[in-house]
Amino acid sequence: MSDIFSRNGGGASDRVVVRMTNLRKTYFMGHGSGGGLFGKRGGGEVLTVHALRGVSLEFREGEYAAIMGQSGSGKSTMLNLLGCLDRPTSGEYILGGYDVAQLDDDELSEVRSRSIGFIFQSYNLIQQYTVTENIQLPLTYQGNGVISEEFQERTMELARLVGLDDRLDHRPNQLSGGQQQRVAIARSLVNDPYIILADEATGNLDSATSYEIMDMLGKLNDAGKTIIMVTHEPDIAEYAKRIIRMKDGVIVEDGPSPRMLGGEHPAERMKMELSKHR
Amino acid sequence: MGRILRSVKLGMKSLMLHKLRSGLTVLGIVFGVAAVIAMLAIAEGSRREAQARFQMLGATNVIYRSIKPSDEAQLSTGGRPARILNYGLKYEDYDRILATVPNIKKILPIREIRKQIRHDEHALDGRIVGTTKDYAEFNHLEIERGRFLTQHDDDDYKTYAVLGSDTAKKLFPYEDPLGQAVKLGSDYYTVVGVTKERASTAGIGGSLAAQDYNKDVYIPLSSCRVRFGERIMNFRSGSMEAEETQLSQVTIQLTSTDVVSQTVPIIKGAVEPFHPKVDIDMTVPYDLIMEAERTARQYAIILGTIASISLLVGGIGIMNIMLATVTERTREIGIRRALGAKRGDITQQFLIETVVLSGVGGLLGVAIGVIIPKAIEQFVAETKAQVTWNSIILAFGISVAVGIIFGLYPANRAANMDPIEALRHE
Ligand SMILES: Nc1ncnc2c1ncn2[C@@H]1O[C@H](COP(=O)(O)OP(=O)(O)OP(=O)(O)O)[C@@H](O)[C@H]1O
Ligand SMILES: [Mg+2]
Repeated sequence: MSDIFSRNGGGASDRVVVRMTNLRKTYFMGHGSGGGLFGKRGGGEVLTVHALRGVSLEFREGEYAAIMGQSGSGKSTMLNLLGCLDRPTSGEYILGGYDVAQLDDDELSEVRSRSIGFIFQSYNLIQQYTVTENIQLPLTYQGNGVISEEFQERTMELARLVGLDDRLDHRPNQLSGGQQQRVAIARSLVNDPYIILADEATGNLDSATSYEIMDMLGKLNDAGKTIIMVTHEPDIAEYAKRIIRMKDGVIVEDGPSPRMLGGEHPAERMKMELSKHR
Repeated sequence: MGRILRSVKLGMKSLMLHKLRSGLTVLGIVFGVAAVIAMLAIAEGSRREAQARFQMLGATNVIYRSIKPSDEAQLSTGGRPARILNYGLKYEDYDRILATVPNIKKILPIREIRKQIRHDEHALDGRIVGTTKDYAEFNHLEIERGRFLTQHDDDDYKTYAVLGSDTAKKLFPYEDPLGQAVKLGSDYYTVVGVTKERASTAGIGGSLAAQDYNKDVYIPLSSCRVRFGERIMNFRSGSMEAEETQLSQVTIQLTSTDVVSQTVPIIKGAVEPFHPKVDIDMTVPYDLIMEAERTARQYAIILGTIASISLLVGGIGIMNIMLATVTERTREIGIRRALGAKRGDITQQFLIETVVLSGVGGLLGVAIGVIIPKAIEQFVAETKAQVTWNSIILAFGISVAVGIIFGLYPANRAANMDPIEALRHE
């Protein structure tokens, strides 16, 4: 039906889309005059938080990874860096050939609008906009901001893909959580990004809806999309093909997900559980 | 262009999210703009009215009128209150002006007498005006039928009369007045012309009282002089009073407005030494025009300033609301930034929203500002208002500028938010 689902089948290719080398992120939280030229000692303490302390990672095109770890371990920080929302304190981050650490604010915005799709825990749709307008939002920040005929069609296609083509003129507050998240998924696809980043995408949803959303992400990955998600829940993480565990700003484990090692596909298991409850 | 249009459309949506709030904010601008336009319209209206009034008197004219001296002045100079009061402009003055004053284009002597005008059984208390052929031109009178007075009429002491339109209607309700006789004082005059109806002039203060030209009858000054003489008898509260005047008014038309201010002192020098009693009064329309212009400008500045202050207050209201809006929509800003909006895009978005607010306010304000002066004209007597394009453009321009100026700070504040912080905002 759509090119989104019918691209070169699943599985990671050899093309590296993301390469992080010894990435560090340190937050400085000044107290009083701290950190300033005259802040020296005693004047005020500077509290430094090492959110990431030397992370090296690679993601290939078509990969599906879940980042796990305790609260405060640096997952969101990592995802923000991946999403070019922030710059690392040190280290190198290459995204699709660009050294992101070197880009200025406007260039980072440009990268976000062209190469990255975001899915958030709380959907983050714009309340006053319709489904269509929300899906098209990243496009308004590309080039001259005019939505071409081609993109109009693409919007329709994506709406159909997430099953909301009959809700195009609805506003977020007229949709259920799951439907809103599906709009967000369509929005994350509209600019045909290198990577799709999802931070706790199912955190606000019940298990049945979570399953729906994860199923959708799975299909996208089958179609060749690179997906990196952050989650707390092990059964959600199992949808991914690769699981990365973090602790105190470093990666402590990085390997294939259990289902890749011959386990039961979590989707099947969840379906069974749901049918039990009925 | 398409992008701006789209931004305006989407901006409207955001504003419509809080209809009441946006509406109230807009109201501040509406009233400001309406006030600017209405106040400037009133200032402009009164300026034009004054202009027109003085213009009718002729910008190149200098007008001398005879005035009856006050009782005090009579006592101080003449001793006993004269039974026969002799005052005003003399034929000598007229001749002297003509002989000594430069830059004169034309000069018009006028003698006015209040008297009954009769034809058969019809009578009218009107005004007999002894004058020369130039009177019609000086006073913007047009001829309905026949002709006005000529040089010959004056030279030959003709007993010809030209009637004002009301005079003609009253005395000759059913007949053609031309060729008929009217009785003025003890003599008969042949009607040679009738003037068109002319709107009466308003008084401008001083010696120039309001004039109703329609109840006049015009006769050659020479005939007036020989037939009516200079002495006019009045019976007042039982006693008889007599007044002696030669000319009621002399209007001196100068060659151009440029010479008015230099010629006025010369005229005064030629006339005023011969009138130690204050029995004549000079009016210089050109000075009045300039004066009116000056006061109108001050008036406009004062009114404009007051009105602009209300626009400023409207602007502060907008800024206040936009600051609240930016804080409220922190999350939205974060979302937009995450999805690729540059700082400039955010600035532009909020600026467009403010300008839409102030622009809509401006448009409504223009509409109301155009209506208010009309309403004032309707309900407040003697007030003329004139809305000018300049004031509309000015007021609308200011309202948009207010939107930009007061929108800039909130918009920049929005643009400088950290995307991650903004996204975390509740
Ligand atoms: N803006 C900031 N300023 C200072 N410290 C920060 C900031 N953002 C994050 N941190 C710190 O960095 C560390 C990592 O935070 P991060 O948000 O990445 O954790 P997380 O793994 O996403 O946790 P959670 O599962 O609770 O979302 C934490 O100790 C946090 O306090
Ligand atoms: Mg987190």
